[in-house]
Amino acid sequence: MSWLFEPGFFSSAQVHTALIIGGVTAVVSASIGVFTVIRGQSFAGHALTDTAATGGSAAVLVSINPLVGFLAGAVLGAGAMEAVGVRHVRSRDLATGIVLGASIGLASLFLYLTTTTTATTGATQEILFGSIFVTAPSTVPVVIVFGVLAVLVVAAGFRPLLLTSIDPDLAAASGLRVGVVELAYMAALAFAVGLSSIAVGAILSTALLIGPAATALRLTKRIVAAVALAAGLGVATTWLGILVAYDSADWGAGHDTLPVSFCIVGLVFVLYLVSGLAFRVSEGARAARRSPSRPGAAPRMSSGSS
Amino acid sequence: MFSGFMTNAWIVATMVAVVAGVVGLFVVLRGDAFPAHAIPNGAFAGAAGAALIGANELLGLGVFAVAAALTIGWLGRRGRHDVVTALALVMMLALGAAFLSHTTEYSQEIFSLLFGEVLGVSTTALAPVALLGAGCLIAVGALYRPLLLSSSLPDVAAARGVHNHLIEMAFLVILALATAMTVPVVGSLLIFSLMVGPPAAARVLASRPSRAITLSVAIALLTAWFSIASSYWSNWPIGFFVGVYSAAVYGVAKGGALLHARLRAPTPVLAVSAAA
Repeated sequence: MSWLFEPGFFSSAQVHTALIIGGVTAVVSASIGVFTVIRGQSFAGHALTDTAATGGSAAVLVSINPLVGFLAGAVLGAGAMEAVGVRHVRSRDLATGIVLGASIGLASLFLYLTTTTTATTGATQEILFGSIFVTAPSTVPVVIVFGVLAVLVVAAGFRPLLLTSIDPDLAAASGLRVGVVELAYMAALAFAVGLSSIAVGAILSTALLIGPAATALRLTKRIVAAVALAAGLGVATTWLGILVAYDSADWGAGHDTLPVSFCIVGLVFVLYLVSGLAFRVSEGARAARRSPSRPGAAPRMSSGSS
Repeated sequence: MFSGFMTNAWIVATMVAVVAGVVGLFVVLRGDAFPAHAIPNGAFAGAAGAALIGANELLGLGVFAVAAALTIGWLGRRGRHDVVTALALVMMLALGAAFLSHTTEYSQEIFSLLFGEVLGVSTTALAPVALLGAGCLIAVGALYRPLLLSSSLPDVAAARGVHNHLIEMAFLVILALATAMTVPVVGSLLIFSLMVGPPAAARVLASRPSRAITLSVAIALLTAWFSIASSYWSNWPIGFFVGVYSAAVYGVAKGGALLHARLRAPTPVLAVSAAA
């Protein structure tokens, strides 16, 4: 087996921490991500990693626990988006953009002040790209507790959340308080994103939130199955990515390792592309069964995409 | 403040603001804020890659920006636009991280691409910026009518024979060119602010397209100029001022419009929804 698992993979404490944190983050992100994808809120999901990083850089500047900064940044960002945002999808994008721009501006100030006052140049890279291999083991219980909380919020509000995600008008007509459901969902999203961006870095946070969920939603139409599938795909890509990154230390002449974020994101991206092909093949087969006279006719899969 | 090395900063910021004002208005009209954020970030990976193989930085930026635009446009035909944009963005960032991990000596220089160095623009950098900027403006001018129609009324545009998807591809490429031109100057993170805040404010204040474009450019210019002046006096990064002023200008415009509508109309609820 040594060709597959480089020596030391199973005994390294760093790898253990990475596997646990990565696994928990993947499950939490994927189950919340399914709703993010259905609601078309990928932009907000990504933007929250940046507002979280802004909070993190503020925390570094005033030297409090970065975890507090990341969570506060994500929650404040989500609140600001809700405050600026309007229900309409296009203006929601705009609200996200405005909040994101302001937050990046603030982050650049905090990072500048940090580097000029404390001369820690590594802070920029750490906050922007954070690595799963350098996560402190003490973060593990916090990530697990808050991750479970976020998943519980989503599970408790599963049916109303699903209804407001798919048809807000119908949800409102059937007596649901759409605003409350939305607020609860944004809070859960903010917590999940804030945690994952400090645990695995901003890049991986978005990748794990959107990638497995979008892939799963292409492969199954049933929502519970999609959540389960997304969680499974998320964990599988994360662990495989960690393994590849670890093994890559032994490839090539320079013994340069590939960054773990690159390995995982690459797998997530390839998986999404492959699922697109599989989706098209199965839709094509279904169409051929429905109308044998026109075997090649692929149906339009999404309304209004023309 | 207007002498020596500052002259280039004023010239380049003016060009960037004009392009951001024009292109940004269509970003806002089309709801393309996410691609406008994703493409500059993808371009950042290109600069890192160019540093790795020792190629021209601007070339690396341009190639990656256009590649990101085409990927988003092509994969976005089917599938969800925002999902594809998010995945393209993280893929580009991950590539950038991989490139950076091999070129540690350049990393400081490349981080300046994230946040921009408008105060350190050399005279030789002016020509390519001017050229790319003119290219963007000409392209927008050439596509003006179909672009406007497909941005505001996509169904009507389709009925009139406009290929909405081709227009989207063309617009994303224009966005990529604008990005390649602006990244070395204001940084990849902040072009975005300039392309969203001022045009969004202009759109709140003006409903006729020609007036909105003029207003958008004017606000973008003021934002950029005030940012340079503030950065010069305070020594704080210009990105901070661009980001905060852009958001503030939108907030003021939106607040003013809401207040105006409420003061004018006897039925506030209807008036607010009409203004929104």
